[in-house]
Amino acid sequence: MPVSLRLEAVSKRYSDQLAVDDVSLEIGAGRFVTLLGPSGSGKTTILMVIAGFARPTSGRIFAGSQDITDHPPERREFGMVFQGYALFPNMTVAENLAFPLKLRKMPRATIEREVERMLDTVRLVGLAQRYPRELSGGQQQRVALARALIFNPQVLLLDESLSALDKKLRAGLQEELRDLHTRLGTTFVFVTHDQDEALSMSDEVVIVNHGRIIQRGAPKALYDRPQSHFVADFLGRANFFDAVVAAASARELTYRIAGCAFRHALHAGDAAAPAGEPILIGLRPEKIALTRQEPAEGTNKLAAEITSVTYEGPNQHIRVTTPIGAMQVVAASSQLEIEAARGARAWLSWRPDASVVLHDDR
Amino acid sequence: MTADLDASTLRIYWLLLAVPLVLLAVFYLYPLSRVLWLSVTVPTPGFENFEKLYSSAAIQRIIWTTVRICVLTTMIALLLGYVVAYAAVHVRSLHGEMMLFLVLLSFWLSVLIRAFAWLTLLQRNGLINDWLMSWGLIDSPLTLVRNEFGVALGMVHYMVPYAALPIYANLKGIDPRLVPAARGLGATALQAFVKVYLPMSLPGLISASVLTFIFSLGFYITPALLGGGKTVMIAEYIAVQINETLNWGVATMLATTLLLAIFAILAAMSFFVDLRKMFGVK
Repeated sequence: MPVSLRLEAVSKRYSDQLAVDDVSLEIGAGRFVTLLGPSGSGKTTILMVIAGFARPTSGRIFAGSQDITDHPPERREFGMVFQGYALFPNMTVAENLAFPLKLRKMPRATIEREVERMLDTVRLVGLAQRYPRELSGGQQQRVALARALIFNPQVLLLDESLSALDKKLRAGLQEELRDLHTRLGTTFVFVTHDQDEALSMSDEVVIVNHGRIIQRGAPKALYDRPQSHFVADFLGRANFFDAVVAAASARELTYRIAGCAFRHALHAGDAAAPAGEPILIGLRPEKIALTRQEPAEGTNKLAAEITSVTYEGPNQHIRVTTPIGAMQVVAASSQLEIEAARGARAWLSWRPDASVVLHDDR
Repeated sequence: MTADLDASTLRIYWLLLAVPLVLLAVFYLYPLSRVLWLSVTVPTPGFENFEKLYSSAAIQRIIWTTVRICVLTTMIALLLGYVVAYAAVHVRSLHGEMMLFLVLLSFWLSVLIRAFAWLTLLQRNGLINDWLMSWGLIDSPLTLVRNEFGVALGMVHYMVPYAALPIYANLKGIDPRLVPAARGLGATALQAFVKVYLPMSLPGLISASVLTFIFSLGFYITPALLGGGKTVMIAEYIAVQINETLNWGVATMLATTLLLAIFAILAAMSFFVDLRKMFGVK
């Protein structure tokens, strides 16, 4: 049975450093939740606290309605996939998988059957008698996953589990992991520093920095509506402008940057800023259109000169200079109507609802 | 490697190597071969000396005492060495290095000084008996020295670093996530240690036990002083045969036996561990 997790005001202090700072978090049963943050942000410590390997300095942890703060890891019945896999090198794949079942004193026939079934689930049939060192990185990853899942844990915890693999393999395993989650319905808590991985796999992403939760939400909501400079900058690419509010209404505000005026459509929940107030505007580079002709009125527009073009396969990453400063644009190669080349002149335009007002936490 | 070196460089290397090789041959291998030779030629040619291994109760007793003390020493040194190595690996790195330094520090103490220090502590009117009596814990002094206990204690003291270092090297190489991984899979701390950590540290334990046991076999000064002539080990017995009874045939026979026994142990162990790795060649 998948179980929900609840962290209540959890802090973890290591001698002189607060690794987790008053974190409260609810993870619904059967959800796939990713803790995303730069290295040293405290995301792994949060996972270790959930797993029971680190004791919180203060705060409580609940699995369902049960307080598990004082339970040692072996009593929590959570599966865990470690960074670097932590397979037992002196045991074969089958012995690694049988390990948690032997601890639970299952009969031998059951263990053999379960190991067989699990090997099939993670597509490792035929490798049962191999030792971990004889496996590729991707195979070791699958063994670690199988070993963590074989005893039907209530929760699966994954610590940077895919980070050591090459890009192609990682994409494959991401899909497998997603698929496994859908089939098993177990609660997954995944820790990574890889934004793409977090966005593509999770039901929900929790952004962590300096031991605190900065923002949480569905991947699309987080990407489209970051609330702060940190989130906008950490998830993908963004243009940032220091602007001043020129006029504000209930639905829209006009802001000025270096003498140019632009419109921003207020989203639900945006705080209305009074005229004269400095604000930070964020704008995703792929939400900017790059055209040869001057766009019609009713949209934000800027004349620009291309300074560099980076070919990225499906996309091109274009840097431009504009009257309001340097900006970046990402355009699908197939959709680009102008020949993007250094020194070429073009128009930038974006809709008033493309931009976001950000909390300035720089 | 040698393929990269031209003939003249290679010659220089051999020349440099020749000096220690000649020294070894003249001052070590030649005398050793003489000893081995004596064992089958004195007093009369043949294996007469070796027959005493079966016929002489005195020699059998000496060998049995030696083996018993060495096994005991090895086991205790292994246990203590494991504890020290485990602690050194698992405390913060600076503390670990300090612990290793303290372990290595004991190498600087000569065997003689240690043995006399133990004597002062352990003898009938030594410090330990004095304390125990003044606290009223005992009425008459305990016999702590001039017996197997004293010998084993002195030897363990000497051997702990030899046990700790190979174990330390082994434990250092164990992935620190394995124990948490085992606990996450449902093992208690004890189960994780017994089922995962201990098997992984077996190579270090085997290396350490071979090293400690072989070293112990040849102990001379410590048993001579702390055994006080009552508990006699093979090395002391050999010395007595050479210096006092001038029974060179028996002495060299025992030396040969000791040497062969050590080779046999090493050969047997080479099935389980890589000897070259054990002695740091690799």
